[in-house]
Amino acid sequence: MAFVLSEEQIMLRDMAKQFFSEQVPVTNLRQLRDDGSEDGFDRDVWKQIVELGFAGILIPEEMGGTGFGPMGVGIVMQEAGRTLAASPLYSTAVLGAGMIMAAGSEKQKKDLLPQIAAGELLLALAMDETNHHNPANIAMAATRDGDDFVLSGEKKFVIDGHIANKLIVAARTSGKAGDPKGISAFLIDVDTPGVTITRTHMVDTRNAANISFDGVKVQSDTLLGSADGAYPELENVLDMGRVCLSAEMLGGIETVFDTTLTYLKERKQFDAIIGTFQALQHRAAEMFCEVEICQSVVLDALSALEERRNDIPRAASLAKARLSDASRLITNEGIQMHGGIGMTDAVDMGLFLKRARVQAQMLGDANFHRSRYADLGGY
Amino acid sequence: MSELETFRAETRAWLEENCPASMRTPMPEREMPWGGRNASYPNPDTKTWMDNMASRGWTAPTWPAEYGGGGLSKEENKILQEELARIKARPALTSFGLWMLGPALLEFAGEEQKKKYIGEIVRGEIRWCQGYSEPGAGSDLAGLQTKAEDKGDHYLVNGQKVWTSYADQCDWIFCLVRTDNSVKHGGISFLLIDMDDPGVEARPIKLISGSSPFCETFLTDVKVPKENLVGELNKGWTIAKRLLEHERSMISGMGMGAGAASMGGMEAVAKENFGTDGDRIADPAIRSAIAAHKMDQQAFGLTMKRAGEEAKAGHGMGAAASMFKYYGTEVNKRRFELLLDVMGSQALGWEGDGFDSKELAVTRSWLRSKGNSIEGGTSEVQLNVIAKRVLGLPTA
Ligand SMILES: Cc1cc2nc3c(=O)[nH]c(=O)nc-3n(C[C@H](O)[C@H](O)[C@H](O)COP(=O)(O)OP(=O)(O)OC[C@H]3O[C@@H](n4cnc5c(N)ncnc54)[C@H](O)[C@@H]3O)c2cc1C
Repeated sequence: MAFVLSEEQIMLRDMAKQFFSEQVPVTNLRQLRDDGSEDGFDRDVWKQIVELGFAGILIPEEMGGTGFGPMGVGIVMQEAGRTLAASPLYSTAVLGAGMIMAAGSEKQKKDLLPQIAAGELLLALAMDETNHHNPANIAMAATRDGDDFVLSGEKKFVIDGHIANKLIVAARTSGKAGDPKGISAFLIDVDTPGVTITRTHMVDTRNAANISFDGVKVQSDTLLGSADGAYPELENVLDMGRVCLSAEMLGGIETVFDTTLTYLKERKQFDAIIGTFQALQHRAAEMFCEVEICQSVVLDALSALEERRNDIPRAASLAKARLSDASRLITNEGIQMHGGIGMTDAVDMGLFLKRARVQAQMLGDANFHRSRYADLGGY
Repeated sequence: MSELETFRAETRAWLEENCPASMRTPMPEREMPWGGRNASYPNPDTKTWMDNMASRGWTAPTWPAEYGGGGLSKEENKILQEELARIKARPALTSFGLWMLGPALLEFAGEEQKKKYIGEIVRGEIRWCQGYSEPGAGSDLAGLQTKAEDKGDHYLVNGQKVWTSYADQCDWIFCLVRTDNSVKHGGISFLLIDMDDPGVEARPIKLISGSSPFCETFLTDVKVPKENLVGELNKGWTIAKRLLEHERSMISGMGMGAGAASMGGMEAVAKENFGTDGDRIADPAIRSAIAAHKMDQQAFGLTMKRAGEEAKAGHGMGAAASMFKYYGTEVNKRRFELLLDVMGSQALGWEGDGFDSKELAVTRSWLRSKGNSIEGGTSEVQLNVIAKRVLGLPTA
């Protein structure tokens, strides 16, 4: 049954829950932020994540992974989302491993997947070029030069761009912006001449970078998938990323909702627990409905991936749009219902609010996905 | 062949023979198969189809066979429903007896009562209405005042019910009555009353949609035999609440009002009204609103499905009925408001020339949909239930 976890999945969830809540609580993110950490994540934590098998969670066992599949990744991402855990999981284990598995040659898979599972290779997907995610609009050129390609242009909002060892770069080898054909994917070392990486400090302390490519010359063996034809694989991987991100967002709103509910049962004003006020009760009940709805769309999208259903794009857009909207509502209400203390840096509400908005922009916001959902429905 | 495969083959053959051709076409409202003593059948096939299904107990497929139900297992019922859907069969019987009273009787009634009433419901012989609300007791239902006095061999009932749906066309009414004035919830009993009895009078009330599906029901010195009490005296509130759960899940599932269903997809109507830009609806605001709405509907459907799976796996989703009642009815109301935006003035006709019957049905269904978040407990009451029972928020 798609909506009910198996015993194995429940064990994975309990293990992940215990790990993130004990080893990577929200204080871990605060520490990284307050220390001005160069990496923006904790290498010791990453080592533990690798030991638990989460870095290779998508990767089959014969390549050194744990092969839990999309449902497993979603479960782990949800638990990571509850504590805002900073780690390269999303960029490396989901998008990076996903793209190599989807488009890589046998040699690339054999070389790279075991390194990813071992936590030695960090990846980042360089995709967006404008302020809004729109993969078909990629304009950055990769021009043929004999057997080689020359990449020139700018990428932005590259999550984990400043810590990656290799970048997966989507660039145009033919066609015009807006045309899904003509897009290729390259796997490029970060120290290739002409690559300049500038870390961007985002509001949520998640790590990202702007990257410029100035006549970067690469050989054709850096291609991931076929020249001109990488878009379908990219879309598949983006959809997996969207669903996993939605799972991470779900973990976040669950924490905000639970914390807020607890506060409603504690705080007193007018000689009464504020949770007795009906104005707040109804808004709490509405949030409850939203959380329930979000759980359904995330589980459905994860099982669409797991079962390789043909409505993956629709399920992914539904999940990402719903979670983007719901996380806006719930993080806003979380602050409002805490009153003044909700505005202070000392409580976690603000951290979840900031993270939620960045997550909403990643891989397409609610507007993008509503429009895509309509396109997929033929209107 | 496995037993279930045999059952499917047998069912398919039986339906082929026993479901009249006209019962495989979309159902106009006036051909709704409500059953009852006063039923009229503008299409005689409606009655044939009802009787055929009732002869096998398949109007209530999973109710126990000993009382007249179909006695089917969950798996068999699933097959029956699939086979009915395959031939696009209309429901053979729609009634408050099936949706609300029957399940409550099976749980709470005595043996004699089950034998009598369940069979009548299954066969569509008696049409039931619901006597809960009173002028002074709506959301605060337990404040009801209609009283039933013990007169030895019978109860003497006096009071007034209101908003009693279809009371003027029904045969019997299941009523909440006050049998003890000293306590609120613990003084309510559940009583079955024959509306042919002297002293019962139903007067239709006209609604904003122009029709009069519900009534004021006056009960004046009505003598009700004692054996018509369901469950114990003064224990009616438990039955009342359980029955409300059945009602709420029924209402939340009513998503597709007849009017909108017959309009075809909202996207198609929007394309006609606003033109297209490639495959897209040319008006981006309308297009986005439709997508948002369809997402709501899909997400809600998935949540209903998840609740079903979780129930099967043995862990309930909490006060699911209240959440579904609230969410489902609010989504349905938004659907009609959106349909008004999409159709513009053409969705606002009342009667006569200039509008086709489908368009007029949209207007009426839009007006009717306003009652969705009132009937069966208002949206605010559902939110109260979620806040208190699911979230455990304290009472002042
Ligand atoms: C189409 C339709 C069919 C119906 N069919 C039947 C039927 O067959 N049988 C039957 O018995 N009844 C029937 N009803 C009646 C229905 O159950 C009541 O209308 C409903 O319970 C509300 O009661 P009320 O109308 O007295 O409104 P009130 O209870 O007076 O409510 C007025 C407003 O106050 C709000 N309110 C009340 N209490 C609270 C509270 N504690 N917290 C917050 N807000 C509150 C309500 O939400 C509402 O907005 C039907 C109603 C409709 C619309």
